[in-house]
Amino acid sequence: MAAAAVKAMGLVKWFGEGDARTFAVKDVSFEAHFGEMLFIVGPSGSGKTTLLSMISGILRPDAGEVQVEDRKIWSMTNDEIADFRLNTVGFVFQDYHLFPRLTTAENVAIPLILRRENWDDAIKVAETYLEIVGLKERTGLTPRKLSGGEQQRVAIARAIVGRPDILIFDEPTASLDGDTGRKIVDFIKKEILNDRRCIIIVTHDGRIYEYADRIMQMEDGKIMNTVQGALHEE
Amino acid sequence: MKEVRGGKAWLGILRIAYKLLTNDRPKFAALIVGIAFAVFLMVQMTSIFAGILGRASSTVTNIGARVWVMDPAVKTVANNIPMPDYVLDAVRSIDGVKYAVPLYSSGALVRLKSGSYQAVTVVGLDESSLYGRPDLVEGNVEDIYAENAFIAVRDAEFSKLEKPQIGTEFELNDHRGVIIGFAKVTSAGLFGTPTLYTTYKRAIQYIPSSRYTISFILVEPKNNADIQHIQEQVRRIGYLAQTKEEFVGKIARYYMFQTGLGTNILIMTVVSFIVGLSISGQTFYTFILENREKFGAIKAIGAKGHELLVMILFQATFTALTGYGLGVGLCSLLIALARFRLPNYAASITYLNLGIAFIMVVIIAGISSCIGIRKVVNIEPFEIFRG
Repeated sequence: MAAAAVKAMGLVKWFGEGDARTFAVKDVSFEAHFGEMLFIVGPSGSGKTTLLSMISGILRPDAGEVQVEDRKIWSMTNDEIADFRLNTVGFVFQDYHLFPRLTTAENVAIPLILRRENWDDAIKVAETYLEIVGLKERTGLTPRKLSGGEQQRVAIARAIVGRPDILIFDEPTASLDGDTGRKIVDFIKKEILNDRRCIIIVTHDGRIYEYADRIMQMEDGKIMNTVQGALHEE
Repeated sequence: MKEVRGGKAWLGILRIAYKLLTNDRPKFAALIVGIAFAVFLMVQMTSIFAGILGRASSTVTNIGARVWVMDPAVKTVANNIPMPDYVLDAVRSIDGVKYAVPLYSSGALVRLKSGSYQAVTVVGLDESSLYGRPDLVEGNVEDIYAENAFIAVRDAEFSKLEKPQIGTEFELNDHRGVIIGFAKVTSAGLFGTPTLYTTYKRAIQYIPSSRYTISFILVEPKNNADIQHIQEQVRRIGYLAQTKEEFVGKIARYYMFQTGLGTNILIMTVVSFIVGLSISGQTFYTFILENREKFGAIKAIGAKGHELLVMILFQATFTALTGYGLGVGLCSLLIALARFRLPNYAASITYLNLGIAFIMVVIIAGISSCIGIRKVVNIEPFEIFRG
């Protein structure tokens, strides 16, 4: 088995206080490995997104720890966690969250700009990644002029432009029709996943389960079971 | 790929902030218009006030004497209280006084060649020294000693004298007057009346006067260190000696605090500030709200709180400075156009006006960005995930 990219240990998260306290994640432990495409699935409110936020350094757990490449992220300062997210994690949000006033190339270049890389160089690299996701001709357009599938690809380019080890996808097919959704996930698996990268996808879209290496099913804040999916082939 | 260090490291982040701001053209235009309009009103109001204050002390500026002796109750040059002649002798006897001369200043009516009457300001200069005389642009200053001689000031009010030539005659209290020259002065008067210079003796001879005739005593001290001593000695005899700057300040305070003018201008300036703050504050707040999720996404990607803070501050500063520049430019243009049609238009843009408007714009930008900063810095990236 490949080395663990992410190791979640006894994660607990609750919201509210007193009688209103609700546990979103209850003592969850798991590992995600390099070269693996892990799906976290389950119904709405099962704690998938909360778990995803904790392992990506966005939401501090109330108990437990997350170890990424031997670093315990919740022992870091806020600035260190921000640097960790910038350098180690790539995000694709459910609604993409692209800046409508920036061109696609500028949107993709944002992580590089945040790393203080030269603007022109960052744009050139962003254009290269847009080419990788098949949007070479769309670099100068704003996201508003792109279809949903194309916007998803821009978001993917933005997530991978900084060459992160861990890629986090939140409901990547939620806004796409079935065919486009499958094409996107197929593209992710074939073009983005490699031995030095771990991809974690939160979804409840059963149409794409076939692409998972492993499927972790959540319910009421707990992992109910883990299923080995299709094996990733190099 | 090159990583940029030092101050340049922020350029990329600032460029994103700039593009986010300016690419949203309708909002950016609304922000700029709001601030420019507020700056325009603020600078316009304060410029008119500065212009009025400058005109109110024009006689003091134009005469140029370093120390002015007057009755303590005098508020402005226009409402002078005549002093007896012994005051002049007393001032001349003070140690440190190089010389002291009388000055007469009063309003009068002249009958012009066409037969119409025109209000004028007559300034009577000490005949032996002509201390405080203006620079002549036409004619010889020695001619002021000729019979009935007057010098007309060629300022914005000059045309009201029916564009006289050298030798043009007029009547002043049944006395014949003759224009022997034309002068230029630094500042035109406030009350829209032409100014005539003559000798002190001719002025009090032509214009009906009270028992005392000296409006002001102009003093030239031997050196600056003597001024305080002169002021103390003048105070001892019951009068007031002020430097040019002190007198100008006194006139300004009178118009600011005792005429209602200052209060009205202040109210208008505050209203302009509130209008600017409302427009730009609300627009900037809407701008931030619309981009809140996007800022949250940047934060999730790895931007630090202080980087978002810098982005918003940059956007607010850029908007404020652009609006400020446009507002000042617009105001300057309007004043220039107004002067083109109304040469005596009393408005003057001073560094103080610009400074006040700048401070107010900084406050507007500060408040606007504070609202935005709170919204953005407090955003939890987790909210972006939750959608």
